[in-house]
Amino acid sequence: MRTIQTPKEIKSITFGLMDPDEYREMSATKVITADTYDDDGFPIDMGLMDPRLGVIDPGLECRTCGQRAGSCNGHFGHIELAAPVIHVSFSKLIRRLLRTTCRKCSRILLTDEEKVGIKENYKRASTLILSPETVAKDIVRMTKKHDLCPHPDCGAPQYDIQHEKPTTFYEVQDVLSIDYPNLILEAMQPDPEDETSTGVSPQELSELTKMPLDRINQIISGEFRPLEENRIAIQKALKTNLTVKDANKLMPSEIRDWFEDIPNDDLELLGIDPIHSRPECMILTVLPVPPVTTRPSITLDNGQRSEDDLTHKLVDIIRINQRFMENREAGAPQLIIEDLWELLQYHVTTFMDNEISGTPPARHRSGRPLKTLSQRLKGKEGRFRGSLSGKRVNFSARTVISPDPTLSLNEVGVPEAVAIEMTQTMIINDSNMALVRLYIQNGPYVHPGANYVTREDGRRLKVTEKNCTELAERIEVGWTVNRHLIDGDIVLFNRQPSLHRMSIMAHEVVVMPHKTFRLNTVVCPPYNADFDGDEMNLHALQNEEARAEARVLMRVQEQILSPRFGENIIGAIQDHITGTYLLTHENPSFNETQALDLLRTTSIDELPPADFVGDDGIERWYGRTIFSELLPRQLDLEFSSSVGDTVVIQSGQLIGGTIDEKGVGAFGGVIVDTIFKKFGSNRARVFINEVSGLAMRAIMHFGFSIGIDDESIPKTAQGQINEAIIDAHQQVATLIQSYEDGELESLPGRNELETLELKIMGVLGETRNTAGTIAEQNFPDINPAVIMAQSGARGSLLNLTQMAAAVGQQAVRGERINRGYEDRTLSHFPRNDLTAPARGFVENSYTTGLTPTEFFFHAMGGREGLVDTAVRTSKSGYLQRRLINALSELEVQYDGTIRDSNNRIIQFEFGEDGLSPTLVSHSSDFSINVSEIAQRVLHPETSPPQVEGVGFSVRSGGPTRLSEHDDSSKGGN
Amino acid sequence: MAKVTSAIQEIVSSKDLPVRLKEDLISTFQELDKVTKTQAQSIATEVELVYLRSRVEPLEPVGTVSAQSIGEPGTQMTMNTFHYAGVAEIDVTQGLPRLIEIVDARRNPKTPTMTIYLEDDYAHDQEKAYSAVWEIEASPLISLGTISTDLEEMHLKINLNKKTLITRGMKPDQVAAKIEEKLDVNLTRKGHKIIVAPTTTTFRELLQLVSTLRTLVFKGIESIDRVVLRKEVFGDAEGEFVLYTEGSAFEKVLKIEGVDATRTTTNNIHEINQTLGIEAAREAIINETKSTLDGQGLDDVNVRHLMLVSDMMTSTGAIESIGRHGVSGTKGSVLARAAFEVTVNHLIEAAVYGEKDDLKGVTENVIVGKPIKLGTGDVSLRMRHGSHVPPGLKKKSKPKPPPSPKTPDPTTESGQFTFKLTDLPGVGPKKAEALSEAGFTTLESLSNASEDDLCALPGISTSYANKLKSTIETLLKQNKK
Repeated sequence: MRTIQTPKEIKSITFGLMDPDEYREMSATKVITADTYDDDGFPIDMGLMDPRLGVIDPGLECRTCGQRAGSCNGHFGHIELAAPVIHVSFSKLIRRLLRTTCRKCSRILLTDEEKVGIKENYKRASTLILSPETVAKDIVRMTKKHDLCPHPDCGAPQYDIQHEKPTTFYEVQDVLSIDYPNLILEAMQPDPEDETSTGVSPQELSELTKMPLDRINQIISGEFRPLEENRIAIQKALKTNLTVKDANKLMPSEIRDWFEDIPNDDLELLGIDPIHSRPECMILTVLPVPPVTTRPSITLDNGQRSEDDLTHKLVDIIRINQRFMENREAGAPQLIIEDLWELLQYHVTTFMDNEISGTPPARHRSGRPLKTLSQRLKGKEGRFRGSLSGKRVNFSARTVISPDPTLSLNEVGVPEAVAIEMTQTMIINDSNMALVRLYIQNGPYVHPGANYVTREDGRRLKVTEKNCTELAERIEVGWTVNRHLIDGDIVLFNRQPSLHRMSIMAHEVVVMPHKTFRLNTVVCPPYNADFDGDEMNLHALQNEEARAEARVLMRVQEQILSPRFGENIIGAIQDHITGTYLLTHENPSFNETQALDLLRTTSIDELPPADFVGDDGIERWYGRTIFSELLPRQLDLEFSSSVGDTVVIQSGQLIGGTIDEKGVGAFGGVIVDTIFKKFGSNRARVFINEVSGLAMRAIMHFGFSIGIDDESIPKTAQGQINEAIIDAHQQVATLIQSYEDGELESLPGRNELETLELKIMGVLGETRNTAGTIAEQNFPDINPAVIMAQSGARGSLLNLTQMAAAVGQQAVRGERINRGYEDRTLSHFPRNDLTAPARGFVENSYTTGLTPTEFFFHAMGGREGLVDTAVRTSKSGYLQRRLINALSELEVQYDGTIRDSNNRIIQFEFGEDGLSPTLVSHSSDFSINVSEIAQRVLHPETSPPQVEGVGFSVRSGGPTRLSEHDDSSKGGN
Repeated sequence: MAKVTSAIQEIVSSKDLPVRLKEDLISTFQELDKVTKTQAQSIATEVELVYLRSRVEPLEPVGTVSAQSIGEPGTQMTMNTFHYAGVAEIDVTQGLPRLIEIVDARRNPKTPTMTIYLEDDYAHDQEKAYSAVWEIEASPLISLGTISTDLEEMHLKINLNKKTLITRGMKPDQVAAKIEEKLDVNLTRKGHKIIVAPTTTTFRELLQLVSTLRTLVFKGIESIDRVVLRKEVFGDAEGEFVLYTEGSAFEKVLKIEGVDATRTTTNNIHEINQTLGIEAAREAIINETKSTLDGQGLDDVNVRHLMLVSDMMTSTGAIESIGRHGVSGTKGSVLARAAFEVTVNHLIEAAVYGEKDDLKGVTENVIVGKPIKLGTGDVSLRMRHGSHVPPGLKKKSKPKPPPSPKTPDPTTESGQFTFKLTDLPGVGPKKAEALSEAGFTTLESLSNASEDDLCALPGISTSYANKLKSTIETLLKQNKK
């Protein structure tokens, strides 16, 4: 049997602070040498690359666990710091603790009465899933009230704590000024502005302060420093202040001692968990050295070793640490010791975080700031977002995509090179033994082959060209084989950005020659793909559970409806729509050969009875009749098409109307949508495949092309357009005139200039429309651009207008172009020229060609569009990330409620009625048509059958080849 | 029209349907000519079945679906601020910036605006409507007249505009009284002329007085800079006056006489929360997001998604933003918070407070590499140990064991199928001999042979070799079956 380690599951993770002893205990070695490798290239013992910390060089053995590079995760070491050092990240908390606890007895500055109920508050916060921070802040406020320690056995006065970022703390005390004798004497003098005051004599002072007179005299003469209580008494008597503020630096060691005495109970009051995190651990005495595997050194081409940033930083720390210890032992002056202490603090600080404001970042020799611990975790490429949440995977492939209309929408064409590399695991049993043999015999380089064979004991054998025949003989039941991808395998297919769930769908593999992924054009809308060089990713699934899930939930045909708007997102696009339009708009007729040719890619291989017999005695079929062949017999529909006529379908027969975007298009084509909802995903898949197939044959039958001549208009029409533009210029001129005469009545809330601009924009917009209409009238209905615009296949009438009539006003920031030179847009125009041409109106069309100034204005407008897109993608990407992060945990429960992962109810019923957004169209308030159901129940004979196959659609599955003939001939596999 | 009997009522109410659907059902019954009890029963059952079938499925990750459904159209929105639908006079933030603003739950939107509806008599009477306008729009001194500084006399001259005062329903002595009340000045009034002098006559005081006077509001609501009155036609009615404002003060406006408090709204969600409560705020978020999307031509986004976002933002009883400072920042899991934003701070805080991550959410489980407890990851099967077999599975004929237990060796001809070289199309005895001499006796060996190998044999051309290969491959495939 295979040797498998007992599977362990992480149930929860508790966070806390570690004790110096814990660091020592888990340490593999103490690190005392600042060097890494000796001259021979071997790691120095007790150095930063000590082999006990793990191995990175292949072939070496770890001295702690005995494993080799790759399997040894590495082990921590430790540095004994010469003096305690503050951990920067905790400095805010250290300040809080210093302020809220007594400087003498370390207890919290709260009376027993004040402590009541605090712990309950924390408990409540945790049940409400609130941060303990919210409660802790209140406690801090409460302790601020106490100047003296409230504990009766202590009562020590408390001083203000000053925090100098990042790691220095001062205690601000009032101390007696050196100049105290003069201050006292000054205060004893009579007030010069107040004539009644006589000053205070030493005798009076003695009485007021109840001190003996000679002591007073001693104090005044500076022979005796008054004691604390005496000072206060004198201050009171003379209403003066004898103190100065003195900031006393708190050394980390002092803070550590202070924190060590804080009782556990008091820590709980501050929200700190004393079991997992004692506050003294925030001041480091031992620094853990991360394993070598987390900071591997790279060997450069010239054989030199380049160390990781963390190693560099550790070298600095050890060096200073050594110097510190040597100096202290040598009895160096306090000043030097303190400097070294600060330096050590700096290095440890930047080791933790190299982006602390106010601290110069530690730099590499080249001047690049070092990437230390915090920087490794942070940000998009950091450990959390880059490595932990975004994992890299095996069994994936990426290449350019290209279209292939002969594939079913469920399929993807996979290049053979990819199929050979990506494998699926088969477990050998009696019934697949022969098949597996064939695969193994083919070896790793012939397509339906195999790459690896795994014996029952877990040994993995690579299939090579040499051993394949021999291996094929040796296989036994129970072994597993990694065979190549073959036709019919299910894989995931993805295009970035993955903005919605339809960006990753499951396809069935069709192995093909050449080097691109091939996909049917109808799946372009959900992926938002085109073929101008787009690349896509493919993932091969590695276990049966995943494959089953992908087949049931993720297959393209299951994703035809979009949950965003509850209608189909997969359907006919572009030429497909033109094709169906040509086929059905004027209802042309076809002879038998033509009709059969149109239907050749569909499963229909018998024509219905002919619609009529032509004059020449030949049977003919109408386009609509041919289209009807694709419809389910029980379909009844009536809707209006993009062209504007009414489409009527009765019992699966297209009686009248044009099939265009509204009917079969992606994004809510009524027929596709209805077929999916009434007949299920299989039928919808078949329909879309066949419609696209039929449409391709139809457009090929009629022929369809567009060229520059299709956008040129007759001279008479051009004349009309020119007239319209001249007229517009005149209107603009009169508007400008009335503005300059001050006769223009301004719109409410606008000044005259703004009003003028609005009116001119209106006039010019109108002009383009008239120009467009004139042009349009001159195009015949068979004009390809008109056909595409009307049927919704591609382009709009605006595009046509711009090509044929006039491009129109160019805008920047929603206004006419008004930037550039002083008082004018370009030097081609006089100053303050408000006429149309000077402000970006393009009166030419794309076919007639733009003048240089027009071209320039057009480029300005175009650039704004580009900038807008660039800004938008980043903004909307962040919005999406936030939305997904906030809502990702919501799930429908069996009782219909929506809850998050803490079981908090967010909604009692999704969308107030519990209906699935996928099945409810956005346009209808309610998807369930009660009267229709009533009719069906009352008159069962005339109504269409129920939705086929509720439940697993795979059951009714079978292959999904484009040519649906295969369904019948092969049957279910 | 048929009468709906109480029995039928009973049937309808016993069904597990939303209220709206029940009403639909009743009205359908009313429209039908005759409905028997059994018919009603079967229709109701059918409706219920259809309803249950179109419900969201349990364990569906609706949160992610909704987030995607709002985020994805975000890529299609514009960044520009455009004019409010119809009201050209008032600029309102639209498009993506506005959507971000709503989701951020900003306390002060960039362009606060209100839509104020009026009560019946005000809504149809232009004069009365205007009286409401002047109650709402702020009237600072600059809009009432002119201010001039007299440096010689060290005082300010205010020249009130008679006409404006009348239209705004104000009197000059009101203005004077207000100035005296709010500022410490010496004031004299002569008709529509007011002279104001600072108490201490310094140049600085005078200039300061000018600026404070300018912004002093004499009538209306201070934060509403402008009101636009428009006649809107809703449906078939004769149309009514609706006020659109620049600036927002919801609570104050609702108290003004003539304002229809039931329909008036603001785009400041926090104001709605303060005046009307969290449920109203929830509704406001839905409406605001919906109208923002509609304004961008993205009216096809299902409201249900907006509802979920709105519910998420308001579920604690206060408006929480989507993001670091709101929903995402208050998540229970340390890892989820750390993976979102400000990674290090969350970890440090977690260490101090000794937080525990129970790994229930999505991000945490991705991080530790466990299956996510959502959708298909949230169900588990437990096997019943023992002899019990569910009735459906009982005695289903056991699959017969394969006829020949020994798998045939595909390398020998005596396998599953007999094969003669002459069976191949175009292979006569001559070619068969050539092939077998070269060692190609089986289909497999042939298929493994390269075309070049075959071409080397006498009597076989390149094109024939190609053909042969393809037929062999199809044959092989058939034989596999």
